[in-house]
Amino acid sequence: MSQAVTSSVSSSEPLDLIKFCLDEQIYLKLRGGREMVGRLHAYDSHCNIIISDAIETIYYIDKEDGEMKNTKKKSDMIFVRGDSVILATDATNVETN
Amino acid sequence: MLFFSFFKTLVDKEIRVEFKNGVEITGTLKSIDQYLNLKLDNIKTDVDKYPHLIAVRSLFIRGSMIRYIHLNPVDVDTSLLQDAARREAIATGGDKFAGR
Repeated sequence: MSQAVTSSVSSSEPLDLIKFCLDEQIYLKLRGGREMVGRLHAYDSHCNIIISDAIETIYYIDKEDGEMKNTKKKSDMIFVRGDSVILATDATNVETN
Repeated sequence: MLFFSFFKTLVDKEIRVEFKNGVEITGTLKSIDQYLNLKLDNIKTDVDKYPHLIAVRSLFIRGSMIRYIHLNPVDVDTSLLQDAARREAIATGGDKFAGR
């Protein structure tokens, strides 16, 4: 009985959601109004992450007209430190604009 | 430990570090520890933006100051990384519930 409980709990850990994205497109929401989309290659329990062919979108308020704007940056291979990560999900769950 | 081991394989390779305060520094990775503190040699920066770094050749970076590290894709074995990530997931998941 305890065996069954243990296995059901361990198979639904929050980090498993990131595990299922390995070698798939992942979406990260990051601190500082940043988002990142790319192919996930590695992660750990701190949410440190390595992504390839990443596109980073930085949102900011334009000082002149007060509108929200964004800039995009590309990176072939990037390590993201876990303390900047707010959330991670499968990129197909996210509407991109 | 996955990323510590991974970055140890990148010693003597060139990386570009982006700090949480926006500063970007390119340099040769000389050393790494378990907190992902880095030592960089032969550093290059935009000296117009950061004139205070003009004379700096080598530096220590506290891991917590790092936002991104841009890597050269040819230095990274992605299938090896994915296997290591899966193995680490099993190992840490197992430990957490081992005592119950």
